[in-house]
Amino acid sequence: MSTAAVFTAPNLYVKKIPLRDMALDFVCRVFALVPFLALIFILGKIFQHGHSVITWEFLTATPANGMTEGGIFPCIFGTLSVTLLMIMMALPLGIGAAIYLTEYANQGKRVRIIRAAVNNLAGVPSIVFGLFGVGFFILFIGRNLDSVFKTGMLFGQPCMLWAAATLSVLVLPVIIVSTEEALNAVPQSHRAASLALGATKWQTIRNVVLPQARSGILTGAILAVSRGAGETAPILFTGCAYFLPHLPVANLFGTIPMINPFSQFMELSYHIFIMATQSVDAQRTLPIQYGTTFVLIALTFLFNLSAVLLRFHFRKSLGQVSLQ
Amino acid sequence: MSNTVQAQLTRQQSHLGERIIEKILLSAGVSSILIIALIFIFLFKEAVFFFTTASPMELIGKTVFDAWDEKYFFNMMWQPVTYEEPKYSLLPLICGSFLVSFPATLMAAVFGIGCAIYLSEIAGHKTREILKPTVELLAGIPSVVLGFVMLMIVATFFQDLFHTKFRLNAFVGAIGIAIGTLPIIITISEDALRAVPQELRNASYALGATKWQTIFGTTVPAAISGISAAIVLGFGRALGETMIVLMATGNAAIITGNIFSSVRTMTATIAAELGEVAVGEEHYYALFVVGAVLFTFTFILNLVAEMSLHKVRHKLRLA
Amino acid sequence: MGKWDKLDIMVDESHLLRPKPFSLSGAAMIQDEKVMTQAKIRAQELNLYYGTTHALKDVSLDIGEKSVTALIGPSGCGKSTFLRTLNRMNDLIPGVRITGDVAIDAVNIYDPKVNVVALRRMVGMVFQKSNPFPKSIFDNVAYGPRLHGLKDGKALQDIVEQSLQKSALWEEAKDRLHDSAMALSGGQQQRLCIARALAVNPEILLMDEPASALDPLSTGKIEELIHALKKDYTIVIVTHNMQQAARVSDYTAYFYLGSLVEYGATKKIFTNPDKRETEDYITGRFG
Repeated sequence: MSTAAVFTAPNLYVKKIPLRDMALDFVCRVFALVPFLALIFILGKIFQHGHSVITWEFLTATPANGMTEGGIFPCIFGTLSVTLLMIMMALPLGIGAAIYLTEYANQGKRVRIIRAAVNNLAGVPSIVFGLFGVGFFILFIGRNLDSVFKTGMLFGQPCMLWAAATLSVLVLPVIIVSTEEALNAVPQSHRAASLALGATKWQTIRNVVLPQARSGILTGAILAVSRGAGETAPILFTGCAYFLPHLPVANLFGTIPMINPFSQFMELSYHIFIMATQSVDAQRTLPIQYGTTFVLIALTFLFNLSAVLLRFHFRKSLGQVSLQ
Repeated sequence: MSNTVQAQLTRQQSHLGERIIEKILLSAGVSSILIIALIFIFLFKEAVFFFTTASPMELIGKTVFDAWDEKYFFNMMWQPVTYEEPKYSLLPLICGSFLVSFPATLMAAVFGIGCAIYLSEIAGHKTREILKPTVELLAGIPSVVLGFVMLMIVATFFQDLFHTKFRLNAFVGAIGIAIGTLPIIITISEDALRAVPQELRNASYALGATKWQTIFGTTVPAAISGISAAIVLGFGRALGETMIVLMATGNAAIITGNIFSSVRTMTATIAAELGEVAVGEEHYYALFVVGAVLFTFTFILNLVAEMSLHKVRHKLRLA
Repeated sequence: MGKWDKLDIMVDESHLLRPKPFSLSGAAMIQDEKVMTQAKIRAQELNLYYGTTHALKDVSLDIGEKSVTALIGPSGCGKSTFLRTLNRMNDLIPGVRITGDVAIDAVNIYDPKVNVVALRRMVGMVFQKSNPFPKSIFDNVAYGPRLHGLKDGKALQDIVEQSLQKSALWEEAKDRLHDSAMALSGGQQQRLCIARALAVNPEILLMDEPASALDPLSTGKIEELIHALKKDYTIVIVTHNMQQAARVSDYTAYFYLGSLVEYGATKKIFTNPDKRETEDYITGRFG
């Protein structure tokens, strides 16, 4: 059977409406709407039920009357404190690792293993981080520090320090990946020019590469903060409490107020979780549940939005379109 | 001091300084490997203590005497806190985890790959600029919020719709997890699809293929390793999800195939019970065993996905 | 001419229509002893714009049946762009605008009612850099027929064998039909791409610098192939290698900066061209 016999010359005007193509096209567009709709639904519902609760008093008062009244200020304060502590720990480590991976390491097996480890870290379940926080930070490091420094039970119990440490391990991949992307975006020619002028490698990195990578690193930091503020499982057992009579602050030298990393703290996501699942009077706390969720999502959403905008702006300004 | 000597000294100093900095950065670099190793060590370190008081077989089941029926039977339950003998079978927990994760990953894969195809092959530039940030914002929603919405609103909706016996069940949890897993599947699948060189599509078009014939005949098959890696990663993410299941699946540790029944996952078990054990108890160690098993699962899944993705990323860098 | 910048659905809804006759005025571009009654491909005052760039300027050209026509010219002169207008592959590039006509068998292929998919079955293309699918050799060649609905195993096998024989790859491939096409050498991959294009039984074959990425031995094989194929197919080949054009083609068209400078029998173009610019290019004074 010759090709010609099987395939007659096509009539260029043959009516051919590929119903299949149009149907697939339609289905595909519907599928593409799903993330959009999901986002709108979640944000919308929370806004709908929560916005009426948000008053200045709500944001600045402490909870009262078994969580049925009052505000959530300690939660907001606790969330911001722990994420601040977290980013102070994670940022140097993450940026350092990223600099090493992009600028110093020979692209070979070692780098592959490190990258595999970073990606694996990104996929570790959050509760496993919680277990790690308890088993490693609190029980191992904490108790050993206590015995070395004879500080009783200062280090060896759940507190903001260890919660922040656990969170920083969790967000490390976020910082490393963003920073790497930012560093890679700096043109190689700039490094070459700096070295040709007699600068050392580190001088080049510090004075030429890092300043240019600033916005990318900032994006990574914002994303990490947003992630850290939203995670609950890692801090369930490493420092959170449902109700504390005082804020996690201490007075340094008796006069300067600062965050006390050795105290426990209240936190937004933890608060939502406990209220939603273990509230004594679920009906009466419902508005506060929604209000707290509203605040948490407003916080994370704002962080994320600014990171997304920053990243797109920074990609555009470098004239770089992400892939093709 | 002469100028040359001074210059030499400065050079030596900076050389030493450079070396120190490099070593510092190197240690930062290997920190991730160190952390993974530490997680392994400390999980398993606590988990092995479980076997000082219980046999490994107990992780599957225990032969107990049922006072009611007056006979022995093989009990496969997770019941660490009971006035009878504590039971530590992992089977109900593993069953719960998979009963929630499989449907979740399936849903997320279907919608996610469809969305990825849209973003990569069909969407115009402006649409991409709206949809991609939307996906990233969806990824940024904390899982406790997803769990909260599932618990408060969606669960009731489905109970009214399907008249299920349990308001909080595996199905509701699966939906919540699917929403949470969607972004990662979309992002990685889209990267894989965009990595397919345009020449392959051109070859297909030049042979007279329609757009969808090209997508299913050439583009998707060429990107299949990346897409399957996305699904594997999504599954790992679904398995590791804690807050959504804790709030929305009902927490009944039973072995069942009914997606509308309440279940308990490995993650929820740890989260729910770790606060109530004392360090050193058998129960405490049992929870670390659960954690170790969970971590092993996700570690393997992540490793498999990483190997596939290495190929995709390699192509992307060369493209 | 409609929107060319985005092609969401590739196939137009079309309905039966009689081919539109077109005028022969102003199109007699062939200066040759051989008389052509009707050109297989006729371009008339074809203009193409990439956004604001005017890439093809008033190109009018007749290409005869079962012959080899070479398009030559320096880089960026528009020869590949013109080639792509013949099977409407430029439609895939966003921002492209076309005025003028291209007619194949007296049918204007830019008529909105034309079925582009059917057009591309009739006009096959081989690309500069071979682009076999990451599938088996068999599946590569069978891809086209399968697209158009052919499912019968025996028929597919026959088509694959014939196509591979026509592209002189059968002997080397017949024992490895189900091995990956990516394992073939560069020259073999290009012959595979030719077989793949032939499998849908086109009438016209467009080749965009098919041998430029190959070693001399493979190039020679491809050129032999073109000689053999011109008995059955109308071939248009873009090449930057003038010796190749002289060896392989019956007619040659010289493009420069988007315009068609001269077109005629290869013998004439290379020995006694009419235009000074053509002579300058041929003799290597530039380009």
